[in-house]
Amino acid sequence: MKAVYGLYADPSVAQAAVNNLRSAGVADADITVISSEPFEHLEFGHRDAKTAMPWIAATAALFGLLATYYLLGASQMSWPLRTSGMPIVPLWTNLIIIFEMTMLSAIIATVITLLITAGLPSRGGKLYDPEVSDGYILVGVEDPSDGARLESALALAGGRVKKI
Amino acid sequence: MDRTLNKGLNDDLVRPLFNTSVWFYAVVLAAGTVVACGAAAWSYQLWNGIGVSGKRWPTFWALYLTNFVFWIGISHAGTLISAILRLVNAGWRRPVTRCAEVITVFALMIGAMFPIIHLGRPWLAFWLFPYPNQRELWPNFRSPLAWDFFAINTYLTGSVLFLFLPMIPDFALVRDRSTGWRRRVYGALSLGWRGTTKQWNRLETAMQIMAVAILPVAVSVHTIVSFDFSMATVPMWHSTIFGPYFVAGAIFSGIAALIIAMAALRKALRLERYLLPLHFENLGKLLLLMSILWAYFVFNERLTVWYGNEPHEMAVFWATQRGTYAPLYWTMVVCNFVVPFIILANPRTRTIPGCVIASFGVVIGMWLERFLIIVPSLTHKQLPYSWGTYWPTPVELYIMAATFAAMVLLYALFAKFVPIIAIWELKAGDFVHAPDAGVGAADPHRLDAGASSPARPGAAS
Repeated sequence: MKAVYGLYADPSVAQAAVNNLRSAGVADADITVISSEPFEHLEFGHRDAKTAMPWIAATAALFGLLATYYLLGASQMSWPLRTSGMPIVPLWTNLIIIFEMTMLSAIIATVITLLITAGLPSRGGKLYDPEVSDGYILVGVEDPSDGARLESALALAGGRVKKI
Repeated sequence: MDRTLNKGLNDDLVRPLFNTSVWFYAVVLAAGTVVACGAAAWSYQLWNGIGVSGKRWPTFWALYLTNFVFWIGISHAGTLISAILRLVNAGWRRPVTRCAEVITVFALMIGAMFPIIHLGRPWLAFWLFPYPNQRELWPNFRSPLAWDFFAINTYLTGSVLFLFLPMIPDFALVRDRSTGWRRRVYGALSLGWRGTTKQWNRLETAMQIMAVAILPVAVSVHTIVSFDFSMATVPMWHSTIFGPYFVAGAIFSGIAALIIAMAALRKALRLERYLLPLHFENLGKLLLLMSILWAYFVFNERLTVWYGNEPHEMAVFWATQRGTYAPLYWTMVVCNFVVPFIILANPRTRTIPGCVIASFGVVIGMWLERFLIIVPSLTHKQLPYSWGTYWPTPVELYIMAATFAAMVLLYALFAKFVPIIAIWELKAGDFVHAPDAGVGAADPHRLDAGASSPARPGAAS
């Protein structure tokens, strides 16, 4: 993998670097920003913010609800037990288990969606610099078509520019 | 966050992972010894049979089930408190959440062991699992024990994930600062996390959804534990108030456990600059609120029984008010209400030592409450011919002590291998450590004391 990137100590300077890359004609999707904390107060922190995760969780919850309702009813009909004069399929008590399985389905779907959409687990081989852990913000482009022009765009904002 | 502060924060919070003090070994050795004694006691019980415990007719639910309810209650410290504070975006939560979430996971694991210990024949524990079979024992989904199975497993799964997800960025940080086997282990645990904007956005969205989902689960868990009792027509168990009463008690004991754990971590890992008096003060206020709420529930429950004047209920009532169990009952009232109220209602005594003393009182009081819910009712059932007594045996006491030691041991090991404070969350909140952070850090009650970076929307304040 080839890449050109800059390391910035100041978040607003990192934002300027992102803007410079855009001005240099780099598409938003090709700009990589890596940091050791989320930056919700800056524009670059909101890139890729749109996600269907809440809808996926809600759909999974609905699936969990229906599946548990069916499985409970099917089990109770297959092994009928008479207890305390209650019906074979008692909705009152089944609601408790249906509720738990509904929430569990939502939780598991959320985690799976997170892992898939965030690209985890990842084996490496992607743009990264351990200095990010010390508070630097990495702004760069993987496999750049015009490395020299991007280098100057990154340098224009200030910060250390590196090439790999 | 300013880069120098950023690095200082990394150094402070990652240091315990790389430097091991002699105290760590001492704690592990001491707690490990008690756990080993408990394991030996359990082995003794397995070898000789459940008769070596004090469980006798009519008291078949005794110390083991007391500890089950107690530990499930303690588990409410973490995920519930963390989820509430996360949803309301309370800035002061940031250093507290992980300390709390860990308690949930370990307390649930310990609590879930007690039904298995209580069985006497743990190799038949799979009989509890609701799988279809031909014995016509299961699946009985009408049984509160089956509800427990689903509720506790859902809460445990959710809590483990709720704890693990925010640890991923911190594992990546430790990975970048370590070499050799540590780098490989933390590299695997970080799942290849880089910290792209997409990853941060997804993580924060996931945590919000999980917080919303796990709150009702946490409430349901202790409600369902209360159903173990209130579904039975045993005197003073068959009560509609038991659900909220148990949930309030669980949050109460959970906050107390959290305060004790935070105070211990603060001292042992030198986290005075991160776990501030503000955190203890806020949790102390919450503890005071729960103490009053607990007293309110107890009054409601007791008044209704007393006014109803049912003979079989009054037998239990008087046994706890002025009979055999009265010393335990009044100790519980003093520990759960009198001591916390006196200490925490006064801002001058709502200090770190004050909160810790009140919390120890609450932990003792809440354990007594669990015991007093279970044992007096079973020893004073409807017909006097079935009345009995109960005394715990050394085997039960050893096993009980071992679970407290197990909590200490697991917590110490966790704090040794994982940053006990969520580093990235502190950075995101523009947290600047106090009180000796430098300029403007005179007020240790302010999280932003000495802040040198510009405030941001939603940052800690």
